[in-house]
Amino acid sequence: MEFVLTELCQQVLTARAAERPVHIRGGNTKHFYGEPCRTDVIPDMAILDLSVYQGIINYQPSELVITARAGTLLSEVERTLDEQGQMLAFEPPRFGAASTLGGCVASGLSGPRRMAAGSLRDFVLGARLLDSSGTVLGFGGEVMKNVAGYDVSRLLAGSLGIFGALMEVSIKVAPKPFQERTLVLETTEAEALALFNRWRGLPLPVSATAWYAADQATRATPVGQLHIRLSGSEPAVLNGARKIGGTSLDEAQAGAFWDSLRDQTHPFFQSRSLWRVAVPPSTPPLEAGPTLIEWNGGQRWLSRVASPAELRARVARLGGHATLFRYDAADVDLPIFQPLEPGVRNISHRLKQELDPVGIFNPKRLFPDF
Amino acid sequence: MNDTTMSPVLNAAPDFAGLIDRLKGRVPAHCILSKTEDTRPYECDGLSLYRSLPPVVILPENEEQVVAVLQACKAFNIPVVARGAGTGLSGGAMPHAQGVLVGLAKLNQIKKIDLDTATAVVQPGVRNLAISEAAAPYGLYYAPDPSSQIACSIGGNIAENSGGVHCLKYGLTVHNVLKVRVVTIDGDIVELGSEAPDSPGLDLLAAFIGSEGMLGLVTEVTVKLIPSPACARVIMASFDSVESASLAVTNVIAAGIIPAGLEMMDKRAVHMVEPFVKAGYDLDAAAILLCESDGTEEEVEDEIARMQAVFEHAGATRLQVSTSEAERLLFWAGRKNAFPAAGRVSPDYYCMDGTIPRRNLGQVLGAIERMEVEYGLRCANVFHAGDGNLHPLIMFDSNKPDEVDRAEKFGAAILELCVEVGGTVTGEHGVGIEKINQMCVQFGRDELDFFLALKRAFDPYHLLNPEKVIPTLARCAEYGKMHVHGGQIRFPELPRF
Repeated sequence: MEFVLTELCQQVLTARAAERPVHIRGGNTKHFYGEPCRTDVIPDMAILDLSVYQGIINYQPSELVITARAGTLLSEVERTLDEQGQMLAFEPPRFGAASTLGGCVASGLSGPRRMAAGSLRDFVLGARLLDSSGTVLGFGGEVMKNVAGYDVSRLLAGSLGIFGALMEVSIKVAPKPFQERTLVLETTEAEALALFNRWRGLPLPVSATAWYAADQATRATPVGQLHIRLSGSEPAVLNGARKIGGTSLDEAQAGAFWDSLRDQTHPFFQSRSLWRVAVPPSTPPLEAGPTLIEWNGGQRWLSRVASPAELRARVARLGGHATLFRYDAADVDLPIFQPLEPGVRNISHRLKQELDPVGIFNPKRLFPDF
Repeated sequence: MNDTTMSPVLNAAPDFAGLIDRLKGRVPAHCILSKTEDTRPYECDGLSLYRSLPPVVILPENEEQVVAVLQACKAFNIPVVARGAGTGLSGGAMPHAQGVLVGLAKLNQIKKIDLDTATAVVQPGVRNLAISEAAAPYGLYYAPDPSSQIACSIGGNIAENSGGVHCLKYGLTVHNVLKVRVVTIDGDIVELGSEAPDSPGLDLLAAFIGSEGMLGLVTEVTVKLIPSPACARVIMASFDSVESASLAVTNVIAAGIIPAGLEMMDKRAVHMVEPFVKAGYDLDAAAILLCESDGTEEEVEDEIARMQAVFEHAGATRLQVSTSEAERLLFWAGRKNAFPAAGRVSPDYYCMDGTIPRRNLGQVLGAIERMEVEYGLRCANVFHAGDGNLHPLIMFDSNKPDEVDRAEKFGAAILELCVEVGGTVTGEHGVGIEKINQMCVQFGRDELDFFLALKRAFDPYHLLNPEKVIPTLARCAEYGKMHVHGGQIRFPELPRF
């Protein structure tokens, strides 16, 4: 791997010398995500292929941390953890078999367990970054408490590669719950949101929730299915199930359901354009098109949004933001991510200028103008 | 990155009179202190060895005044050091000799506790414990609980990314703060983070938390609250060797258990605190573990049984489970009072704050024991064993110059060992001014330059808490044998760590 690393550093140096943009790529399973940053948009773009930089470097189950090279397959990481009864608690999406750990961290996306366990960035302990001068920098480490210097590793999570290529990451892992059970209740959207509000204040072992109604297009207040996953010790799950009620799904069905949300293979996600709205979880129904709700109300997926501008204005007032998560490149005429407040935008822009002065890494992938 | 590792040139004679004049009508006169007798109490934080008399102290009463102060300081090119409750342990709030100290203690309102969203909106001067007290009627609390929580402020917690004995299960400040309102050095107000699960763009909140007052001043904080557990019990387990206690820690984690708290004390620490708190600690043990479980009655019963089995298997020589809340608190009292207890048995002590991979606990403890002989000083060890955060307390007498020197060398050797085994020089106390030289050991020049570049993006003029945390090239070059002082801490009666 030493040779591969040298080669990758050299590629960055060459690109920088020529001021040639660099497209960082892992398994290429999340190419759809973010502002268009493809070789057909910027024909001169170099591709920095991290999928060749593979391997788990350190994994000691009792340390609750795994360190691996960016190109390591997410499936390999999760299989390795599973063998020791552990997991990535943020349940990252795999949009394809080629998904890599580096791509997972760079995109910052979390899955169904996020509201209970925390988001991807909560679990990032350390990272090594290949910067625009071709140098590999190390931040954080493998220990859970570390306040030496700024928390750069967490800043890199979700940065979509605009500061450089993640080479290695150290991620805190969690033991798998002793028991899990998925319950289903029949509710309207408003009823589901009201239940989330009530459960938030109670010590229930809810590890994932999702509400969806198949006939939203035809009915005004459709009754849908509210899925609730409980995870924890046996008494905790039993207790929770008693309090929540509903019917239990069998293990295989439940696993398939949550995977279909995590990886977006659920029929809802087949929509041509898909919006991801993040709002304070207690926000009432948005009534902006067919909806699938996750994360106790905090994450809402919308298909067929009539007026994106109106949606963005509304969620901004509510304290949230809307992302055009999947789209046809041909008909995009608006920013993919919600535009930032000027103050935050200025700091972000200065960070990019400071940390990638020539602007070679994934230009305009996270922000439309830099 | 632009290569500017040098601090910008500050005024040799800052125009404080001009600054105060500029603030007339914007900040009330009673909020501005400039007489020595008024500013003296602000000359240091919890680490009193580092002192610097602030020429001017400003105590704003609202956000508008914070904006006015920062705008004026920028206009006059005067450094700004922010201060919360002043309980910090690394000199992070030590004033700048040519700067203004901005105390945020008057911003102490709890603005909202919201049951539906399980959040609280508070001003930065609110004490950590006050948040949980205000949330208690709703059955909620704020999880991070640094031992100084009766005094420390949430603003200071954000500056240091504070932890606490429960952070193994419930996370650090960074995991429990949803949003901050920040005034930049330009006087702009920005909000980082969100009550939604995330924000668009970069995760600037993650970079801001733990930034030790170098990126902006916080005026409002939104924190996550969680349901108070119905029940909590703690196991006190004795071991006849540090190695078997360390093994027990490893095994409990390997068994898939995340205890609410998992702390270790070595024999010297136990002997130091037992006469002080009379918690019934086992004086024959080589090490004691305190392991807490919380949740519903049934969950706790289930988990405690699992923990006991692991400890028995690891060779515990004595096991005791708290049977009442009073007993639980008594078991914890010894651990939380290790610091004041150290003050009773030794004239001075130097507290370290390294973190190491958990599997190296036994090895590092053994090394520290050998160092006691080498440096001729006693060291009591208390640890957040669950997360590998060590607090060795080196005991010495500052009236004996030779002992001070040896204590410093001993401390430096421990920190270097922490870095060597893959850990860090500070787990939760911050770098501040105290550990700025050790940053040269832990990081290379390229990483330190990256930190400086990050700072410039927030504070292009280097006016916010300058000359702390990130050493310049010159400073690292000068850092050789001379290690920094540490240890003399104010408020010795306050529970710590």
